[in-house]
Amino acid sequence: MTTAQDSRIVEMNWDPVTRIVGSLGIYTKIDFAQKRVVECHSTSSIFRGYSIFMRGKDPRDAHFITSRICGICGDNHATCSVYCQNMAYGVRPPHLGEWIINLGEAAEYMFDHNIFQENLVGVDYCARMVGETNPGVLEQANRTESPHAAEHGYRTIGDIMRALNPLEGDFYKEALQVSRMTREMFCLMEGRHVHPSTLYPGGVGTVATVQLFTDYLTRLMRYVEFMKRVVPLHDDLFDFFYEALPGYEEVGRRRVQLICWGSLNDPEYCDFDYRNMENWGRKMFVSPGVVVDGKLVTNNLVDINLGIRILLGHSFYEDWEGMDKFVTQDALGNPVDARHPWNQHTIPRPAKRDFDDKYSWTMSPRWFDGTDYLACDTGGGPIARLWATALGGLVDIGGYVRSTGHSVQINLPRTMSRPAASFEWKIPQWSNAIERNRARTYFQAYCAAAALYFVERALAEVRAGRTKTWEPFTVPENAESVGFTEAVRGVLSHHMVIRDGKIANYHPYPPTPWNGSARDVYGTPGPYEDAVQNTPIFEENPPENFKGIDIMRAVRSFDPCLPCGVHMYLGDGRVVERMHTPGAAGLIS
Amino acid sequence: MTTATEAAPQPAAAPEQDEGPLVHILWMNGGLGCDGDSVALTAATQPSIEEIALGALPGLPRVAVHWPLIDYECGPEQGADNFIEWWHKADRGELEPFVLVVEGSIPNEAIKSEGYWCGFGNNPETGQPMTTSEWLDRLAPKATCVLAVGTCATYGGIHAMAGNPTGAMGVPDYLGWDWRSKAGLPIVCVPGCPTHPDNLSETILYLLYQVAGQAPMIPLDEALRPTWLFGATVHEGCDRAGYYEQGEFAKEYGSPKCLVKLGCWGPVVKCNVPKRGWINGVGGCPNVGGICIACTMPGFPDKFMPFMDEPPGARVSTTASGLYGSVIRTLRHVTAKTLDHEPKWRKKGPELLTGYHKTW
Repeated sequence: MTTAQDSRIVEMNWDPVTRIVGSLGIYTKIDFAQKRVVECHSTSSIFRGYSIFMRGKDPRDAHFITSRICGICGDNHATCSVYCQNMAYGVRPPHLGEWIINLGEAAEYMFDHNIFQENLVGVDYCARMVGETNPGVLEQANRTESPHAAEHGYRTIGDIMRALNPLEGDFYKEALQVSRMTREMFCLMEGRHVHPSTLYPGGVGTVATVQLFTDYLTRLMRYVEFMKRVVPLHDDLFDFFYEALPGYEEVGRRRVQLICWGSLNDPEYCDFDYRNMENWGRKMFVSPGVVVDGKLVTNNLVDINLGIRILLGHSFYEDWEGMDKFVTQDALGNPVDARHPWNQHTIPRPAKRDFDDKYSWTMSPRWFDGTDYLACDTGGGPIARLWATALGGLVDIGGYVRSTGHSVQINLPRTMSRPAASFEWKIPQWSNAIERNRARTYFQAYCAAAALYFVERALAEVRAGRTKTWEPFTVPENAESVGFTEAVRGVLSHHMVIRDGKIANYHPYPPTPWNGSARDVYGTPGPYEDAVQNTPIFEENPPENFKGIDIMRAVRSFDPCLPCGVHMYLGDGRVVERMHTPGAAGLIS
Repeated sequence: MTTATEAAPQPAAAPEQDEGPLVHILWMNGGLGCDGDSVALTAATQPSIEEIALGALPGLPRVAVHWPLIDYECGPEQGADNFIEWWHKADRGELEPFVLVVEGSIPNEAIKSEGYWCGFGNNPETGQPMTTSEWLDRLAPKATCVLAVGTCATYGGIHAMAGNPTGAMGVPDYLGWDWRSKAGLPIVCVPGCPTHPDNLSETILYLLYQVAGQAPMIPLDEALRPTWLFGATVHEGCDRAGYYEQGEFAKEYGSPKCLVKLGCWGPVVKCNVPKRGWINGVGGCPNVGGICIACTMPGFPDKFMPFMDEPPGARVSTTASGLYGSVIRTLRHVTAKTLDHEPKWRKKGPELLTGYHKTW
């Protein structure tokens, strides 16, 4: 299995990619002479048809149904659907109900980012993996003192890497336990993980007692203590990669086109009225924003809403051009485009895969800035949330979290065995694999800090005797509504149209259709494809022993979550033309 | 995830290598699901997945868990550590014994002339994705046991609701309710949307003991559920049943009283969650203010929607809640029998019977 000297372009496919949620395939052509990925198609293999089978159902069932879109962040869907229903029914939950949802969602972020970072992504940076892909880097790590050893307890970077070894490393095992404790916190507020039992339009069914919040707070403080070690640990680990492998900033790098729809409503301001959405959107505890080339394009949720476009191009659907529009203008009188989710018709047409024609079940969501259809990504969630929040300069969560206009400060109080600690996430130079991962750790600390404030506010309600958590409502005959939040991995919107008291149209857009979208009608590749293309290869293994760790690091930095693809399907990405690579034929399947 | 031996740097040198046969667990999450049951398993603590994988309980056979969610292996088809190779090995008869775990419902690939609804890896002969049903056709005859996890895989679940375009169904609908493995085991079903974490890990534990010859045939009810986990109703294990007995019913969500009049199906649903809590005794459904939407039942979701309306039977039984005995039990038995059966459209064949009008 040797390759010709003049050309070393080899097909390499990963299907399914492990240590993510769902079935993702990555199909690449790699130039082993130049050590670069030259082409990438991302694929997924699931079509379930939510938008189809929800038609005609009772709108109050929407959050129970849509939670089942995703098995790791289903509650984000349930929450988004409840927000969307609140708008449709014109109901504003009691403040306490909103604090309980915020505490549940904060726990979800704390849980999900933790298990993904340490037990799924972390394995890509563990001693076993680094030793098998870049032995020299592991040796260097063993010789490199951890700059923050005093904070996290691991003397060398090699010690950190060994602690991340699957099933054996002590940090790996500790993180798995933390993922269980944070799920207990979640279940205190939302009943069940991952499909909540206590969320309803109008509020929650959770019984709000002093005990409920004490049970949450004691666990939260253990998590706060944990994060005081984890933030410096990951800073040390990720900084080491830049140092040990010069040029590593190019892995998974793409143009900054980050989107965040905002998360964690402030009940003082959020009335779920579309006409006031610009205002209450800016009061969210995580700011919405579209960030292009490092600049904040908008943080107005109405503009964000109206800019969403669902393109086809290479997908197994019939176009809905010319069909009935459900919504011609929004509640403010703005025109609504035919390619907006409110007006989307989902018409599946399964077919043979043809890369010159249709090869994908995914549609291609894009954000239209007035000129271009931007193939935006969420960077797996945290980097976009922190970036938008930092630039927005709007957030001050009881002094625990503060946006400065160029950074986000996170202040954690004293815990059982550690003094108070402050961290500052600064806007990075790049949108790349390492920075997506680093942001994830900082956002875990952000959520812990925010949750401290939410507990204070919730307890204040209970102590004042305001224990009502739910507000009655009636379902109107006709309505159009939208819910915006952040799923763990990034932007989440649910668009609903009610006619004759039933669901006439319902289109959820989670992060993965954005991040994992196929090439659109204009030929623009989706973010996974774009980020993997041009990724340099640092792995030392020859093609026959190749693991593709740099590619996997690029892909996993987006926290792929394929069930959220909803419509997503991209076929197996097999390239049509054969590479003329004498001697490499054995490698091309 | 890998076994204890495989996780070690030098697998061949591991001392446990000689201790009895190795049981492989092939976890296929390629059905129409959400991976919620995989995620639930990471929450289990009685036992935890690491305790199973590392042999932390007495008498456990050595296991190799091939599980996409947290598997170390992730190499390309053409290079090192290709995860899907384990499936091909099983298909070639090179893994013995193995337990096939199926997560997600099985779409009906026969209702269209081309294309596919879902796949898991590739078929080497065609270069096309291998569909979930094709994997089932290939591997079920070779598996010692087929374990269906979550309500999608067991009975069809959410993705098999009325109006669905894929004709999705559960594993027993696909293989047949009377299907037996080569070792004589029926399909084992652990329903729940998602499964209760410990219900799942405990069933895996039981099956491993059975495969190792240390436990008798797993006791299953008529819907193929382990009887010790699904023998009682939600209501029987609910700590709000006292309010029911006193005729005190919640009129608004957020009340600590019985939720039957707000949509709770607890009296007729077979599930132990209120008794067990969701994770380490924390959380649950009606016990913490969430109506039971019957997510463990074969009739889920269609026979329980709209979820937030009072169940039709509730009016009768709540009026009579002071009266105990055979009348109530008989009424419930009749209701439960219907709800314990799937809607008629979940079956194999070239026709799509869900009510969706095909556009292809």
